[in-house]
Amino acid sequence: MAADRKTTVMTGAQAVVRSLENLGVEVAFGIPGGAVLPLYDPLFDSSIRHILARHEQGAAHAAEGYAVATGRVGVCVATSGPGATNLVTGLGDAMMDSVPIVAITGQVNSWAIGTDAFQEADIRGITFPITKHNFLVRSADDIPQALTAAFHIAATGRPGPVLVDITKDALTGSTAFDWPAEMDLPGYKPTTEPHVRQIREAAALIAESHRPVLYAGGGVAKAHASEALARLLDVAPMPVVTTLMARGVLPDSHSLHMGMPGMHGSVSAVGALQRSDLIVAVGARFDDRVTGALDSFAPDARIIHCDIDPAEIGKNRAVDVPIVGDCRRMLEELTGVLRDGDQPDWSEWVGYLDGLKTKYPTWAGDPEDDVLQPQEVIRRIGEIAGPETIFVTGVGQHQMWSAHFLPHEKPGKWLTSGGAGTMGYCVPAAMGAKAGRPDQVVWGIDGDGCFQMTSQELVTCAVNGIPVKIAIINNSVLGMVRQWQKLFYGERYSNTDLHSDRVPDFVKLAEAMGCVGLRAETLDEVDGVIAQAMEIDDRPVVVEFVVAKDAMVWPMVAAGASNDDIKIARDMAPDWEDDDL
Amino acid sequence: MSENNPVATPEVHTLSVLVQNNPGVLARIAGLFARRGFNIESLTVGPTEREDYSRMTVVALVTSDAVLEQIIKQLNKLVEVIRVSEMERGKAVRRELILVKVHADASTRTDILAIVETFRGHVVDVAADSMTVEVTGKYGKIHAMLELLSPYGIKELVQSGQVALARGPRTITDRSKFDRTPKSQRGTAS
Repeated sequence: MAADRKTTVMTGAQAVVRSLENLGVEVAFGIPGGAVLPLYDPLFDSSIRHILARHEQGAAHAAEGYAVATGRVGVCVATSGPGATNLVTGLGDAMMDSVPIVAITGQVNSWAIGTDAFQEADIRGITFPITKHNFLVRSADDIPQALTAAFHIAATGRPGPVLVDITKDALTGSTAFDWPAEMDLPGYKPTTEPHVRQIREAAALIAESHRPVLYAGGGVAKAHASEALARLLDVAPMPVVTTLMARGVLPDSHSLHMGMPGMHGSVSAVGALQRSDLIVAVGARFDDRVTGALDSFAPDARIIHCDIDPAEIGKNRAVDVPIVGDCRRMLEELTGVLRDGDQPDWSEWVGYLDGLKTKYPTWAGDPEDDVLQPQEVIRRIGEIAGPETIFVTGVGQHQMWSAHFLPHEKPGKWLTSGGAGTMGYCVPAAMGAKAGRPDQVVWGIDGDGCFQMTSQELVTCAVNGIPVKIAIINNSVLGMVRQWQKLFYGERYSNTDLHSDRVPDFVKLAEAMGCVGLRAETLDEVDGVIAQAMEIDDRPVVVEFVVAKDAMVWPMVAAGASNDDIKIARDMAPDWEDDDL
Repeated sequence: MSENNPVATPEVHTLSVLVQNNPGVLARIAGLFARRGFNIESLTVGPTEREDYSRMTVVALVTSDAVLEQIIKQLNKLVEVIRVSEMERGKAVRRELILVKVHADASTRTDILAIVETFRGHVVDVAADSMTVEVTGKYGKIHAMLELLSPYGIKELVQSGQVALARGPRTITDRSKFDRTPKSQRGTAS
């Protein structure tokens, strides 16, 4: 009853803060500025912990890191114009990887919109394609409703970023604050419950298949469906591959886990997809980095595709059984139906893939080389830090090695920029993760190129007591680009040498930013510095590992090539030996 | 989007899109088509029987059913889109409006009038050496009239996009039988 509700007259800025508090926001990352200044005044007295970032891109990635590590909506705040445009990369990243964040931006006064006012940018227009939805709020009265809707949209259905742009006069204006705010979203009704008939059809296809494979994507992680997946495998023991976004949703040590598929996937995982007669895709989207050339991707496979986003189904690959719904619900329902049926014996198929797994392990570096091998460094970090650690990566070679050589045994412990491939993600995302999960050890595995894009957030970490640990895998080059130049551009290394073997001095840089700086250059120094880093919990630690410049990521499927043409090392193809299958 | 057959002849499909009447919603939809490489022949937007809704009619050129399905799904994903419905051939009324300024002097005026009347058009402006004609109808009718008028010399013309409404008692807010998305996949948004 409206008459019973107590309304309080307050400013729009106070309404923002009150709404955020009511929505359960505990942490926000941001930087103030002219247009958003009115918001920062009541924020000063709020229970919300605002962490002052050093660049808005850092604030956006931190919100992402916070969201993935905690399962809650991450929040970032920026002012109008350049403050808002600096969020763009983080919003785009969150859009590609379905990360629930809400960005709040100040906007110039409503009457100045469209006049090219100081620090004016049409951030709503700019972010149309890279947000799940966005709002421009011109009146204080609309603030509770817009923020309520923003959090709802960000967190439900296929999660994603939502931007709320609020004019300065809306922040300074006065409103009778009314809570809870009613949302007006007649066009937004995500389908979460899978259709029973589709589940039965899926079960029927599974019961007929001889070489099934479950292709688990990031949606399984988003839906907290690890348990449900494991239970399905108890009744239907089919091989599983986990994409880059899904690492950890099934323990790598699980006997049915065939590894990560894709351009740098393992032979067993790529082979499992290519040679399957049925793909059960769950929360995955047949990304080009997984399928390779689409026309030769898994040519014999029928497709069951479950996703909460109907637009993903049939987008890249035609589907036999489409299932719209939440991945966890789908896996649970499917398990329920399959329990009654008899599955064919898949042990020969599993045995074949196991053979590939044993025969073609991921290339772990050249043991003869006396220069430190990056794969070995990453493996040791994983072993010493253990599977309880939250691992965060940048983008490139170190990311692929991290996907392969870290212990992916638990869900929710792996943060990486997949769809967008955003260099610079690691340090701020690690900051966000640690701010959200201060009880957990957070290790960032970064490259020397990535690190130099957003390293200033280590200052934020040092000042705000966020003791992340960052490993810089320093090969002094843009390693992945250089790998492509080596393979496809006749070893012409155009503009990929960062000279970061000389400049910067990462140890000094770390110390200048208030962190502990450590360095290892030989194998016998590796364990020592990792152990030292593990001991430190009162400050951020940066550990530089000086590694081989020419280490390459193998296996590899060249861009645009067929998955069948996967190479386990340069010019070396695996022997499939599957004539009998 | 998989364009498996690049030489496939594009087919014309008409989609009705019911949207919340919010500022920027047109830009969102136009942007979606541009960004995803969907081809639009025409797009119209206007008010509806409800003040808070607008209705768009999009005429799209698509090369396969998969593309059409993807357009519908991507439109449905937009938070402000309430309903997308295909206006299938023969099951919907479609109309366009054209204004055309034709060269016309005393010697040709009568002939032009005869053509216009045949197509149940109207003369809406007359000057010494021109006439402006308004006609509404299906694409084919408008095209036929233009062909007959062109020998007189068309000075300029302007054409609206198509508007369309399904025949019969059903409305777009009913669960539309023209919805091409299989029921099982018909999540309205995610």
